[in-house]
Amino acid sequence: MTCLHLLLTLVFAVSLGTPVEIQRPRGVPLTKKPFYEENKPFTCLDGSRTIPFDRVNDDYCDCKDGSDEPGTAACPNGSFHCTNAGYRPMFIPSSRINDGICDCCDTTDEYNSGAKCENTCKELGLKERDVLQKMAEITKEGFLLKQQLIEEAKKGREEKQGKVTDMQENKKQLEEKVEALRTVKETAEQPEKEAKERHLKAWEEQKAAIRLEKDKAKMAEAFLELDDNADGFVSVSELQSHAELDPDADGTLTETEVQGLMGGAAQVDTSTFESVWTNIKDKYHSESQPEEPAPVETPPEEVKEPVVDNDSEPFPEDDISEEEDEDEDDEDDYHEDDDKVLPTVKTPEKSHEDGEAMLPYDPDTQTLIDAAQKARDDFEDSEKALREMDDQIRNIEKELSFDFGPDAEFTYLYSQCYELTTSEYIYRLCPFNRVSQKPKYGGSETNLGTWGSWSGPENNKYLVMKYEHGTGCWQGPNRSTTVKLTCGKETVVTSTSEPSRCEYLMEFTTPAVCQEPANMDLLPHGHEEL
Amino acid sequence: MVSLREVCGIIIFRWVPLIVLLCVSARAVDRSNFKTCEQSAFCKRQRELKPGRSPYRALLDTLELSDSRITLQLINDNNKVRLLLELYRLQGNMTRVKINELKPLKPRYEVPDVLISDPITETLSVVSQDENSLVLSLGGKDQRLIVSAQPFRLDIVEGPQVLVSLNSRGLLAFEHLRARKDTSISHKISSTVGSMWDSLKKEEDKPGMWEETFKSHTDSKPNGPSSISLDFSLPGVEHVYGIPEHADTLKLKNTDGSDPYRLYNLDVFQYELHNPMALYGAVPVLISHSTDRTMGIFWLNAAETWVDISSNTAGKMMFGKILDFVQVSSEAPQTDVRWISESGIIDVFIMLGPKPADVFTQYASLTGTQSFPPLTALAYHQCRWNYNDQEDVKSVDQGFDEHDIPYDFIWLDIEHADGKRYFTWDPSKFPQPKEMLQGLMDKRRKLVAIVDPHIRVDNGYKIHNEILSKNFYVKNKDGGDYEGWCWPGNSGYPDFTNPEMRAWWASKFAYEQYEGSMENQYVWNDMNEPSVFNGPEVTMHKDALHGGWEHRDVHNLYGLYVQKATADGLVERSGGVERPFVLTRAFFAGSQRYGAVWTGDNAAEWGHLKISIPMCLSLGLAGISFCGADVGGFFKHPSAELLVRWYQAGAYQPFFRAHAHIDTPRREPWLFGPENTALIREAIRQRYALLPYWYQLFYNAHRTGYPVVRPLWVEYPNDVATFSIEDEYLIGKDLLVHPVTDEGATAVTAYLPGKGEVWYDVHTFQKHDGEQSLYIPVTMSSIPVFQRGGSIICRKDRVRRSSSCMENDPYTLYAALNSQGSAEGELYIDDFHTFNFEKAKQFVHRHLSFSANTLSSRNLAPDSQFSTASWIEKIVIIGGSQPSSATLKNAESALEFEFDSTLAVLTLRKPGVNAAADWTVILR
Repeated sequence: MTCLHLLLTLVFAVSLGTPVEIQRPRGVPLTKKPFYEENKPFTCLDGSRTIPFDRVNDDYCDCKDGSDEPGTAACPNGSFHCTNAGYRPMFIPSSRINDGICDCCDTTDEYNSGAKCENTCKELGLKERDVLQKMAEITKEGFLLKQQLIEEAKKGREEKQGKVTDMQENKKQLEEKVEALRTVKETAEQPEKEAKERHLKAWEEQKAAIRLEKDKAKMAEAFLELDDNADGFVSVSELQSHAELDPDADGTLTETEVQGLMGGAAQVDTSTFESVWTNIKDKYHSESQPEEPAPVETPPEEVKEPVVDNDSEPFPEDDISEEEDEDEDDEDDYHEDDDKVLPTVKTPEKSHEDGEAMLPYDPDTQTLIDAAQKARDDFEDSEKALREMDDQIRNIEKELSFDFGPDAEFTYLYSQCYELTTSEYIYRLCPFNRVSQKPKYGGSETNLGTWGSWSGPENNKYLVMKYEHGTGCWQGPNRSTTVKLTCGKETVVTSTSEPSRCEYLMEFTTPAVCQEPANMDLLPHGHEEL
Repeated sequence: MVSLREVCGIIIFRWVPLIVLLCVSARAVDRSNFKTCEQSAFCKRQRELKPGRSPYRALLDTLELSDSRITLQLINDNNKVRLLLELYRLQGNMTRVKINELKPLKPRYEVPDVLISDPITETLSVVSQDENSLVLSLGGKDQRLIVSAQPFRLDIVEGPQVLVSLNSRGLLAFEHLRARKDTSISHKISSTVGSMWDSLKKEEDKPGMWEETFKSHTDSKPNGPSSISLDFSLPGVEHVYGIPEHADTLKLKNTDGSDPYRLYNLDVFQYELHNPMALYGAVPVLISHSTDRTMGIFWLNAAETWVDISSNTAGKMMFGKILDFVQVSSEAPQTDVRWISESGIIDVFIMLGPKPADVFTQYASLTGTQSFPPLTALAYHQCRWNYNDQEDVKSVDQGFDEHDIPYDFIWLDIEHADGKRYFTWDPSKFPQPKEMLQGLMDKRRKLVAIVDPHIRVDNGYKIHNEILSKNFYVKNKDGGDYEGWCWPGNSGYPDFTNPEMRAWWASKFAYEQYEGSMENQYVWNDMNEPSVFNGPEVTMHKDALHGGWEHRDVHNLYGLYVQKATADGLVERSGGVERPFVLTRAFFAGSQRYGAVWTGDNAAEWGHLKISIPMCLSLGLAGISFCGADVGGFFKHPSAELLVRWYQAGAYQPFFRAHAHIDTPRREPWLFGPENTALIREAIRQRYALLPYWYQLFYNAHRTGYPVVRPLWVEYPNDVATFSIEDEYLIGKDLLVHPVTDEGATAVTAYLPGKGEVWYDVHTFQKHDGEQSLYIPVTMSSIPVFQRGGSIICRKDRVRRSSSCMENDPYTLYAALNSQGSAEGELYIDDFHTFNFEKAKQFVHRHLSFSANTLSSRNLAPDSQFSTASWIEKIVIIGGSQPSSATLKNAESALEFEFDSTLAVLTLRKPGVNAAADWTVILR
């Protein structure tokens, strides 16, 4: 305290390259020197009061604005100016004067604390100039790169816009073509349909005739078999030997039951056997065929079972019916396959029933079918082309709609990805798309956010990108990532961190944010180096 | 930090879908994780016993009298088991009552290391004796201890008044140790003990006596039932306080119809407010207060303990000899207190007051006083789970300077260690811890790194290997090393009850042992209840073994020992020079000697802000002054308003630390917009300016045991209106704080106590009369604080970026005059961080007084010596009149002054005297 009298200091100021000693109270910047006139009453800079000059820097706060103590810590709101010759001058809060911590590189803030400060201004100055120079070089080169990027983006944009225009023209043509082909297809399908129906009808009729004939043959055969005594009549007792015909399935075929089957007659001849055959043909077992392994009730159950199961398992049924539909529609195409597949997969009755496939189409019908199929193929191809064209246009339009910066300088980042590998993770930044994190040694990828918006400060929103709505966190928010952009020659992710749970921070250098170098003086030097 | 998050983490491996439910439903405390009295077999058994005639009888013919104590046998007429009663009269107006089994099957646990020394006894003399009673003199003014033989009871009376009665409700119950039935041992016992055993055999086993299962955990109880209980009646008392830690009101509630208050150190995830559930720490000290007398009951038992409190009317239980002495109005209110513990002995200290300060002195004489922290520990602490890496630490440090906000400590939670192996550093996040610490040291700041007591079972971990080789781990019931889940996964728990283990632990803090540590690194002990994620009630199995004792016996002591061993380590590493600073979550009676405590894992809710006041006041009454709550709330994300209000409140609580859960967004003071940053800065600055006062109060707490923050009734014991106040409190006796703890508050109503006293708003100097409720409009910047008329408070108004930077700064004296125009105060200065104040008497202790227009500084400790660079920069006299001159007598020099006549504030400009000097200022 005792040494805290008014202290006038010798200060070196850099002005026009020549150090000049200017006397003024400690902590006063050169610009404010006129307010501190020695041996004249001092008026607080806020004008609140006037005090004798010996109360300036007397380590007691007299002015509310702290202006009477620029060189002591007495005022809570004061500030101290250090000249920092060789480096940058700065203001520090008064509370940092003589607090034992070296704040000013010229050591002037610690004049009475016992802190051992060294004047580091020269070093800092050199270092800063070095850094500034490097920065300037980077900025300059980056800025040049940026110009190229802008140029490329401009070209690219024009190209793309041209392409979109072209494509939209082509699209119109394609649309017309699709419509034309649709008409062709529909025109070709009508006769095809009619011809197919004709063919099918004829085939059904033919099939019915064949079936009838087969039944008759079977009936005759059965008659012969049943007529054990070969008297040309089938009697009640002859029929009774076929236990499988038991109508109530109680295990015994009674005489009454047989009479019922025979329509009350005692015996029938070949002509009247027809009505009896109708009653028994479903159950009748030919004696020449070996006995079915499972008697009585098993066969119907085997048939039923899949039906019951279908209720609980809809998918197999769907599959089956679908295939059946296909069979009907595309019989020709899949005929061969069907033959191989049907015996195992399909219900056996259908294929075994007749043992014959539909007859091939007659040449006229086949011609109509071929013509229609070609029209269908052509139509579908054109439709597909139109869809693809639409996708392309949409993609380009989406790209064109992005805010790639005032001069579209960020365009080149689009559809690119940049990775940074840390000790644990691989981070991946795909600008305008998403940010993700993947464990280095296996494990699934985590979404750290998808493109949200530019969210830099008001004066330049293009310094920060925000990616949002990533994978959710337990008891927390969805992951999000803030990407800070700094000027650099290269486009690289330089660091990642997670300052707050699930809120990531990424630093990213790109020439696209390099500002035009302010100091033109440096340019010639730069050129020399280049 | 909490357990459940990690429990999730553990279970997640096995039951991924289940865990989602478990975690989501755990928004508030899961009560089913913790026992009710009904679920705690001994508590249930004991509570089933209702007041009535005690089966115990004192055998007066067994009386033995010595200089220091009296012993007597008690017999339970139901089972003939004999107990030994010891009575002591202790120096400082205390009575100690000990009851143990006369011949226990095996020794019962008596709590060691809590009393600072054997209490000094005074002679107990027999005043009179007849066939059913014994009257002993306790000295003082007509204080008597009356022993009634049948039924047995004790009464302490003073003149015609009963102060306290023991076993007057007949709830003395002592479950004597017994052999398990149907074992070979029982036969041996029966032959040796003979007839007594016959009567014992008649006693029926009750459920839970020999085994108890809670959730999936079985307690094997090899020693069987061992619980104890005793009742105390306090005639004339309606207000009882203390027995922390509970998230409840300051004034203890009646527990009829609810659970008793529980004392059992537990890691409670997201605790609820206003219930008697146990929390992280336990201090079995209850304080009773009435306008007549303040007393305390210290129940020295470290096992699980329950405390029932009920209201009664006096006179109901008065009979026998006692009626010869006292006059009892049957209408007088009475509070009955009943203590129940699971094991150990009855060892109770009755602190007879009569004034609040006497009770504090009495308790301090038993368990010691608050450790005197280094000044820096009283400043602001910035904590978060977790500051991620060195870079993060650096940028937060810079953030404080950029925003011109002072702070002293930055804290590192569990993530700083390499795989939760304490005493190590994560090599990728903290590759150069010394570089980081040096960076902080260059700014005169400090760091705290967490060291928890659970040790990762990992044969690549040096600490684990050493504990293993020294056989220092707690053992399970089968004798193997006890293992449980905690942060690192499978963990061992060092047996801190073992003094050799503690000495080894302390040695691990030596700089060469704890790699990367430096002198500006301090320690935080969390999870020391101990927390065992997969243990019963998230703690250790009661049948685990600490040497010969069960965990059951020592449970509530474990945390105290952890902090003690750690604090010892910090002292040792400095060669005994530096005062330690260790924060603990678990604590017990006596923990005040080892550092600070905080109220655990609270939440960012207004209710939690409010409850922080009664929680810390209760701790202070029980000796632990250095208390604080996580500023901002640990769980959840505070609104800007809540955060600001919490800083404003926290700035006026003893331990001032912001902390946040790892899953919450960042909340450093500058992240809520410039306005809120400014409000928080101002609150923290007020703390720093007031540090001299806090420091002086801690010095006094260290010397006397008086709490630093006090309920109003402590200083205004006759003002009944203060007895239940818990939304405001006193710092020392001179500052009254009523923080704003309501969302959107536009006003608070503060009660200013003291008939004839005056209070001054410290911000505006506006004067208010005492004994009134004052309506105070508030804005976001308001922190209602009042200085008592009659006090002088020293501040350092030059707030800098850390308290160390302010060490040599000058003081401003704020003298607030009472209605007689006088004021007094103290100023304490030392080197702020070493034991030299104690060892070498290197300190300055001044008495400041103002009366008859003369302000002077007088030495309170003439045999001390210390030189300080600090001086007196300004004197502000509030509530006086304008003088014509002010003279500094020493220099015979006139002091310039200013006088604000509207507020009657006189400011003396720059007296300039050294703060250690004698000086006088005379106003004319």
